[in-house]
Amino acid sequence: MPLTRRDLLDLDDFQRDEIRLILDNSVSMTEILSRKIPRVPTLRGMTVANLFYEASTRTRVSFELAARTLGADIVNVTASGSSVEKGESLVDTLRTVQALGVDVVVMRHQDAGAPYLAASILDCPVINAGDGWHAHPSQALLDLYTVRSHLGDLEGLKLVIVGDIMHSRVARSNIWGFARMGARITLCGPPQLVPPKLVQLPGTDGVIQIESDLDLAVEDADVVMVLRIQQERMDGVHLPDLREYATLYALTEDRLARARPGALVMHPGPINQGVEISAAIAYGPNSVVEEQVTNGVAIRMATIYLLAGGGEEAGTNGE
Amino acid sequence: MASRDVLIRGGRVIDPVANRDEITDVLIRAGRIEAVQPNLGALDGADTIDAAGQVVAPGLVDPHCHLRQPGFEYKEAIGSGSLAAAAGGYTTICSMANTSPIADDRAVIETILEFAEREAVIRVLPLASVTVGMKGRQLVQMGELTEAGAIGFSDDGIPLASTHTMRTALEYATRFDRPIANHAEDAELIAGAAMHEGLTSAHLGLPAAPRQAEEIMIGRDVLLSELTGGSYYALHVSSGGSVELIRRAKERGAPVRAEVTPHHLTLTDSVVGGRTEPDAARLQPYDADTKVNPPLREQSDLELLREGLASGVIDCVGSDHAPHARHEKEVEYARAASGFSCFETAFATMLSLVHDGVLDLPTLIERMTVAPCRVYGLPHGTLRTGADADIIIFDPDLEWTVDREQFLSKGKNTPYHGLPMKGRVLRTIFGGATVFDLATAAAHISGSVDD
Repeated sequence: MPLTRRDLLDLDDFQRDEIRLILDNSVSMTEILSRKIPRVPTLRGMTVANLFYEASTRTRVSFELAARTLGADIVNVTASGSSVEKGESLVDTLRTVQALGVDVVVMRHQDAGAPYLAASILDCPVINAGDGWHAHPSQALLDLYTVRSHLGDLEGLKLVIVGDIMHSRVARSNIWGFARMGARITLCGPPQLVPPKLVQLPGTDGVIQIESDLDLAVEDADVVMVLRIQQERMDGVHLPDLREYATLYALTEDRLARARPGALVMHPGPINQGVEISAAIAYGPNSVVEEQVTNGVAIRMATIYLLAGGGEEAGTNGE
Repeated sequence: MASRDVLIRGGRVIDPVANRDEITDVLIRAGRIEAVQPNLGALDGADTIDAAGQVVAPGLVDPHCHLRQPGFEYKEAIGSGSLAAAAGGYTTICSMANTSPIADDRAVIETILEFAEREAVIRVLPLASVTVGMKGRQLVQMGELTEAGAIGFSDDGIPLASTHTMRTALEYATRFDRPIANHAEDAELIAGAAMHEGLTSAHLGLPAAPRQAEEIMIGRDVLLSELTGGSYYALHVSSGGSVELIRRAKERGAPVRAEVTPHHLTLTDSVVGGRTEPDAARLQPYDADTKVNPPLREQSDLELLREGLASGVIDCVGSDHAPHARHEKEVEYARAASGFSCFETAFATMLSLVHDGVLDLPTLIERMTVAPCRVYGLPHGTLRTGADADIIIFDPDLEWTVDREQFLSKGKNTPYHGLPMKGRVLRTIFGGATVFDLATAAAHISGSVDD
């Protein structure tokens, strides 16, 4: 079964079956990645363009590895050192990339919605690798994949997302993804950084709650997802300072003890140790932070593969 | 050249100033209204226009538009803008000062009036800025600018943030009997904002500002108007809460007036998240043709604004025609220019409120003719004997579809593209001469009606 859409822009309109398809496909990709020489020729001859308008290491490298593992060529276009610095508009850059002949565009941009503009210009699939505060769908898919591999069915699970929800594309995409798979979601953070309207997102039917007290929010949680707090929010306007933030919102052992035994601790990285999460927890027995990174490659392989037109099991082709 | 007499026969003539709404005839002589009475009969040497089944009304007056000349002729020019306005039924349009150079001195106002004289098919009346360079601090020379022809003062596009400057501007303008028109939004709350703060912005992850950003400044401004007795005009009111602030200020006797745009009465922030129906009017999420300042708000705001316009708390309709080039809209949402090209959709958009029973037709005509004239003390917007023969003939039920490629405006930036409309201007007459005729789908320069 192929995906019946051209682009991956947001999870807000994804059905449960579509998410399952990507997760199931990622199982095969994980198997490929576990091989001694993790390389298949499935997408040989195809070119994936990484169009990154914003600094990123792990996401860019993750997509790069995913494309290479599938045998595709990858070109990296970053905002520095290209025509972007000369003031070329996004639309002109996109038209140029298209004229150069690429098969898939992976895009990271500091402005929400930029991938939608790209999708309206380009004839090839566009994968949103993070746009402003809006969406980071491949991150949410890898988080779903990671949780499913530990806890099985996501129906009825309680997910807590802690931190600066307002400015977080990771939070928004996970809200859609987990809600669609039947989980309950509690958003926790300083009230000025948690838009109250999020509980009314269409089609989420009351599964989203807001609780600004972390001690209460983590009660009986199956998964606690901690967001990176951006230093630039410590400007005295958004938040008083790091110390008070850590006092109120750091995930500590005491707080984690209120969650379900064996609850998973997640973080999209990079981590500010001792600020939003204690080091003991970030690398403790409940943490799946490193698995998230590994699973990211599998999810991105599945995404590129499915959007590039694949429908059969990858890796069954001869090597 | 002495123009011929024109007789408009058998139309439903609406003239709010004369409290007139009846089937009758209108005779134009030497560019002025000669008579409005039934059965004027055939007149020798007069052109006769059969208006049976149609509505005849004063030409529309737009208290708020952007003509972009001088300085931004790639977006619009006084000539192209006036043609577009005529096609939309306007015969008088009031242009904002954010040109380049800014209309903050006599030479710029005179230049605009010269361009208007030479190239406009209708009346163009410029506003000057309130502060030099629209920098919000030093007042312009209101005396000299008034003498040069400025009808009012506004830094529109940029909120007048300084409370002290607003106070002194209101006081000084009383000396010249001119209003101060403000784009009221709290500068700090709107910093970086690309849309209205609500469910849609929470979903889309766009930086947003709440409706209170507008209410805070309108609240301040109406208090200062009450303090100073200075005439204050609230531009493009978008928040339902602002209506209540304006109502209270009026009750207390402050010389306050307010306008609302067609789009703030008919569209909500949900279109920023895309539109799927009808197919011809499909919008992708984040289409910058939905971006405007102040931003589109919510259904609850629409309803309060509609009530405010119907009751008269909101005095009039301003188009806020804000043409932009394609490349200024086909960019990331947060970086896109704000504003819509409105001249050619404004009246039909407003007629939808009549069809929906929000207000009756004579009230709408009042809000789009004589009411905006009161803001700036203009003598237009009526069919009284002796008035300039500025007239529209329209069919309130004619169905059509918005096609931005057909716009006479250079600005094709509209959120209404592909939407069905009901009601359209058939003919626009300015000073007795037809300047727009839908039947020939072309605008004529003044006087060519004799051809």
